[in-house]
Amino acid sequence: MKYLDEFQNPELARRLLGEIRATVTRPWALMEVCGGQTHTIIRHGIDQLLPEEVELIHGPGCPVCVTPLAVIDQALEIAARPEVIFCSFGDMLRVPGTDRDLFRVRGEGGDVRVVYSPLDALKIAQQNPHREVVFFGIGFETTAPPNAMTVYQARKLGIGNFSMLVSHVRVPPAIEAIMTSSSCRVQGFLAAGHVCSVMGTDEYPALADRFRVPIVVTGFEPLDILEGIRRTVRQLERGEHTVDNAYPRAVRPDGNPAARAMLADVFEVTDRSWRGIGTIPASGWRLSDRYRDHDAEHRFSVGGITTREPAACRSGEVLQGLIKPHECEAFGTTCTPRTPLGATMVSSEGACAAYYLYRRLGSTPIPLEATPVV
Amino acid sequence: MCLAVPGKVMEIEERDGTRMATVDFGGVVKEVCLEYVPDLVVGDYAIVHVGFALQRLDEESARRTLELFEELGLLQEEFGDPWEAAAAEEAMQAQEARK
Ligand code: SF4
Repeated sequence: MKYLDEFQNPELARRLLGEIRATVTRPWALMEVCGGQTHTIIRHGIDQLLPEEVELIHGPGCPVCVTPLAVIDQALEIAARPEVIFCSFGDMLRVPGTDRDLFRVRGEGGDVRVVYSPLDALKIAQQNPHREVVFFGIGFETTAPPNAMTVYQARKLGIGNFSMLVSHVRVPPAIEAIMTSSSCRVQGFLAAGHVCSVMGTDEYPALADRFRVPIVVTGFEPLDILEGIRRTVRQLERGEHTVDNAYPRAVRPDGNPAARAMLADVFEVTDRSWRGIGTIPASGWRLSDRYRDHDAEHRFSVGGITTREPAACRSGEVLQGLIKPHECEAFGTTCTPRTPLGATMVSSEGACAAYYLYRRLGSTPIPLEATPVV
Repeated sequence: MCLAVPGKVMEIEERDGTRMATVDFGGVVKEVCLEYVPDLVVGDYAIVHVGFALQRLDEESARRTLELFEELGLLQEEFGDPWEAAAAEEAMQAQEARK
C-alpha cells in the first residue's frame, strides 16, 4: 500500500478502493482513453492497487503518438525551408520522422520555434510579414478549438503569411475502431475528461448502446481515476452500459458550445490515418474549403513523401491496448526516451514513456528514484 | 500538450477584437484567450489549454489540481523551455559518457 500515501487524500482513495473491491465479482478490462490518465495510473501505481479482477488497458489518447509519420515528414520538409518560421508545441520536437526530427532540422539551420499557444504563432506571423509562418496543428478535441480560433483570427485580421499544417483527431471514431477490432478485449471506457469539456457527452450514448459498453467521463487526478473505475465496474457488475459523468466540475453535457461552433465553422470531418494503427474513417478534421488559404498542405506542395516505420516498433499494438509496452522486445533496450524508436516512447504522454519513466518492467513495480521527464 | 491546467484570471482586456486575459498558474503568468468562456471575470478560475480557457472551474478544485501538478513536475513540463531541457539533457549525457 506504499503508493496510497502519495495520494492527496489517502483516506478517500482507500474508501474508493474498498468500494471497488466490494463490488467486483469477476474479471473486467477497462480502457483509459487518454495518455494523461495513463501517466497518472502508472505513476501512482493505481493499476497495482486495484483488485486483480480489474485490468486497465491503455488507449490511443496521445496526440503526439498518433500523428502519422507522413505528416511528421511533411512538417520536417516545410520546417527546413529557408523562408519558413515553423512553430510547434514543444512535445513534437523529438518525434521521429523517417530520418530526422524537428530538433535536427533546427540544428541544420531551420527556423523552428516552440510556442505555448497557437496564438503565439499568429503573433510571430504579424511580426514577420516577409516570412512564411507555419503552425503544426495536431491534437484531439481539446486542442482543436484553440487551433480553429487561430485560423479564424488569421483570416479575420488578413494575416496572409500564416498557415497551419493540420492533423487533428477525434476520439469517438477511435473508440468505434477499437470496439470493432476482432482482438478487442475492452469492456468499459474511462473517457478523456478534457475532450468532453469541449465536446460534451452527446457523442457517447450511441457508442455505449451499440457496443453495450459503459463509458464514464473521467478526470486526471488519482482520485478522479479511482472514481471513474468505481463507476465503470459498478455498471459492469449490474449489466448496465450508460454514459456517466464522473468529472462534472469540468464537463457539462453540452461541453463548450462556443468552441464546438468554431470547430464546425473552421474544420470538416475527414478520414485520418493514425500512426501505428492505420486509417480510421471520419476520425479527424481538416480545414474546410473556406480556410484553404491558410492550409499549409496546400500552400507548400509536400506530397510524394515515402515513409519508413522502424520494423521493431510495436506502438500500434500498444496504442490499441493489445500489448503492454514492456512486452515489446525493444522496450528499454534499443528503445528508450533518449533513443526512441516510436512516438509512444518519445511523447511524455506516451504509454511506453510512462512505463519507462516509472520503471514498470514486469508485473511488479520497481520503486524508482525521481527520473527527469525527457 | 494534452495537459489542461487550471489558472486564475488576473486581468482582462480586449485585443484585436478578442477577449484576452492574464492568467496565473501557481506563479507562472500567461496570456490566455477567453473567447470560449466569455463570461469569465477577474478572480475566476478556469481550465486552460494551450492558451485558451475551455471551462470555468471552482477555486477549490483549481487549487488542488495546481498543487498536484506542481508536485508532479507537470507545470515545468508544460511551461518550461524545451530547448533548455534538451541542452541540460545533452550535458547530462556528456557527463555520463565521461564517467
Ligand atoms: S518500446 Fe519503443 S519500439 Fe517498442 S512499441 Fe514502444 S516505442 Fe515502439
